[in-house]
Amino acid sequence: MVTMAATRRSVLRGAALSGLAVGSASLLAACGGDSGGGASGSGTTVKFGMNEAEGSGPAYDRLKAMAAAYTKETDTKVDMNAIDHNTFQENINTYLQGAPDDVFTWFAGFRMAQFAEAGLITDLSDQWPIDGMDDSFKQAATAGDDKQYFVPASYYPWALFYRKSVFEKNGWEAPTTEDDFMALMEDMQGKGITPIAFGDKDGWPAMGTFDILNMRLNGFDFHMSLMAGEEKWDGDEVKLVFDRWAKLLPFHQEDPLGRTWQEAATSMGKGESGMYLLGTFVIDAVGDAAEDLDFFTFPELDSSIGADALDAPIDGFCVAAAGKNQEAGKAMAKWLGSAAAADAANNGADAPMIAANTGASTSTYSDLQKKSVEVVSAASNIAQFMDRDTNADFASTVMIPSIQEFLKNPSDIDGITASIQEQAASIFG
Amino acid sequence: MATAIEDPPATGEGQKATRAPRPRGEKKLPPRDRLVVITMVTIPLLLVLGLVWLPALGSVVLSFGKWNGFGGIETIEWVGTQNYEDVTTIYPPFWPAVRHNLIWLGFLFVFPTILGILLAVLLDREMRGSRFYQTAFYMPVVLSLALIGFIWQLFYSRDQGLINDVSAGLAARGLPAWPTEVDWYGDPDINLWAVLVATSWRHAGYVMLLYLAGLKGVDATLREAAAVDGASEVKTFFHVIFPVMRPINMIVLVIVVIESLRAFDLVWVINKGRNGLELIAALVSQNVIGEATRYGFGSALAVIMMLISSVFIVIYLRIVFREERQR
Repeated sequence: MVTMAATRRSVLRGAALSGLAVGSASLLAACGGDSGGGASGSGTTVKFGMNEAEGSGPAYDRLKAMAAAYTKETDTKVDMNAIDHNTFQENINTYLQGAPDDVFTWFAGFRMAQFAEAGLITDLSDQWPIDGMDDSFKQAATAGDDKQYFVPASYYPWALFYRKSVFEKNGWEAPTTEDDFMALMEDMQGKGITPIAFGDKDGWPAMGTFDILNMRLNGFDFHMSLMAGEEKWDGDEVKLVFDRWAKLLPFHQEDPLGRTWQEAATSMGKGESGMYLLGTFVIDAVGDAAEDLDFFTFPELDSSIGADALDAPIDGFCVAAAGKNQEAGKAMAKWLGSAAAADAANNGADAPMIAANTGASTSTYSDLQKKSVEVVSAASNIAQFMDRDTNADFASTVMIPSIQEFLKNPSDIDGITASIQEQAASIFG
Repeated sequence: MATAIEDPPATGEGQKATRAPRPRGEKKLPPRDRLVVITMVTIPLLLVLGLVWLPALGSVVLSFGKWNGFGGIETIEWVGTQNYEDVTTIYPPFWPAVRHNLIWLGFLFVFPTILGILLAVLLDREMRGSRFYQTAFYMPVVLSLALIGFIWQLFYSRDQGLINDVSAGLAARGLPAWPTEVDWYGDPDINLWAVLVATSWRHAGYVMLLYLAGLKGVDATLREAAAVDGASEVKTFFHVIFPVMRPINMIVLVIVVIESLRAFDLVWVINKGRNGLELIAALVSQNVIGEATRYGFGSALAVIMMLISSVFIVIYLRIVFREERQR
């Protein structure tokens, strides 16, 4: 009850503030010239909001290292505002409409575009192109109005991870065709190993499976317009995805709904499961087996569509429209996309991410990171992951329960897709 | 005690005596007292209005709109009762959530209460180490439900949890065991009960402490009288002690209702109230907290929850007022 009361209050506060924020944002932009005092330079302070709590681990250390490097290079003071990851995410709406920091950590995709559309983040098209940032990243930074609102910093691919030693011992090889893939899984089952580790207690990991199956069976373009609410969820295409998924489920770990992704990763780390479809952050949960990991992208399922698309969520930075120091914020955002910033982050702490900037040094990269670069640059289409590519309301309140329902009851595809479509129609209007 | 209670009437009579000439009902307070009374009434009134009624009314208003929280209030699209229609027709988690809330109420009302009474009666007998048990049973009450969710995760985890591990260990030794692959938190047919057990673990301690206090307050002569009359222990408890503890029973009743209506934290920590653990409060949060900001839809759910709560609150208040009148 307490939480709810707080929510109602924050709604009202949000409503009250938003009127102010939207009004004052344009004022500030107009008179930003004198307070901003030029793009950067001594004496200026930029406020930097980050979605990692102080001392929370490598992700925080990387951001801190970037901020320090920026201060050193440009003599701009960076005022860090470190907020716990989930808290940051959950309050982003009120944050942006209240008194946000100038630059803040955010994600590419629909999640960025919706803020651009609502006028909550600043147009950064005058900062583009950024040296070393190729076209696919510019595309990922572009919102519906063809302007850029985002500066990519790092990304990681979703793929099927496995332990090299386990594969070697059994004489397995990473499959490239569907037949190889199926044969590999049959063989694994024969040897008493669960082919694919699977956990969906938190609701989002299974979205990765839906994404990749949809991209393999219906193609990248269909996937993206489905995410945008422009295709029907109860059409044959989506049913095909669930149908294929139902056929693959016997190869997945049983009872995924009570298992966290960490527990699923552990089972792969221990060799009880053969593979795991997840992002490279999987290494956080496999302990000593991290050095032994390798991965391959999900094999082709339809030769007319191929296997050149994958999920590779991009993290980066936006400038808040209600931030006080627009010019300095923009300048810092641009710098954060540079090779120098990526190097500072990589020197600050190891993380399984790869820098978006092609000029960044790869000397600190692990084998896994080097392979990530290879795989992602070979991909011709990159999706951001379902909860970043579609309306957040829809992803969390409709898709999570629906996918979980499907995993409980894989035979009721018609019922589930019909229910998704009804709710999608209500949300996308 | 006795003198303290008798004292005020004495002074009261004294006052009445001095004010005797004034007719009843026209009693006027001195200006300063009136000011105090007015302040003491208005401040809580404003707080209640501002913190309870206004937000509640705001929720009701918002529940007729569609709004994602961007922009001012003028961007709300008014959709009439569509949110309510959607909630009840095309939103699959809603009806399970209502059912789960009711199960929660029923379960909490029966099992932890009985267990709590039983523990209280046992501990009241002052057996050896009763202080230790008292502390041990009360301990979970001090823990937050979020922590309790985590503690029980260690028991319930399908692959790494204690319960399944113990069973696997028993089975490995050829001893009778339960299935080792029970998915306690993940199987929607089981997880609600698993969570209710975890809740009861905490709630029973609370009930125990209340009854323990009640039992200590029962006049020892009552027991003696019952014993002299030849009543058995069980009879004495049900026919003499339990009725005497009526105030405690009322408090426990209220606590059960409150606890089950605000049931939220535990399921939220476990899986954000999905997959068999849907509760209305969790659905409200799913829809309005986080990036998912279906304020209208979430408010409609909140209003429904408010209505359900009101039913119980009205019943409770009626009982309380009837008691007052009877006195």
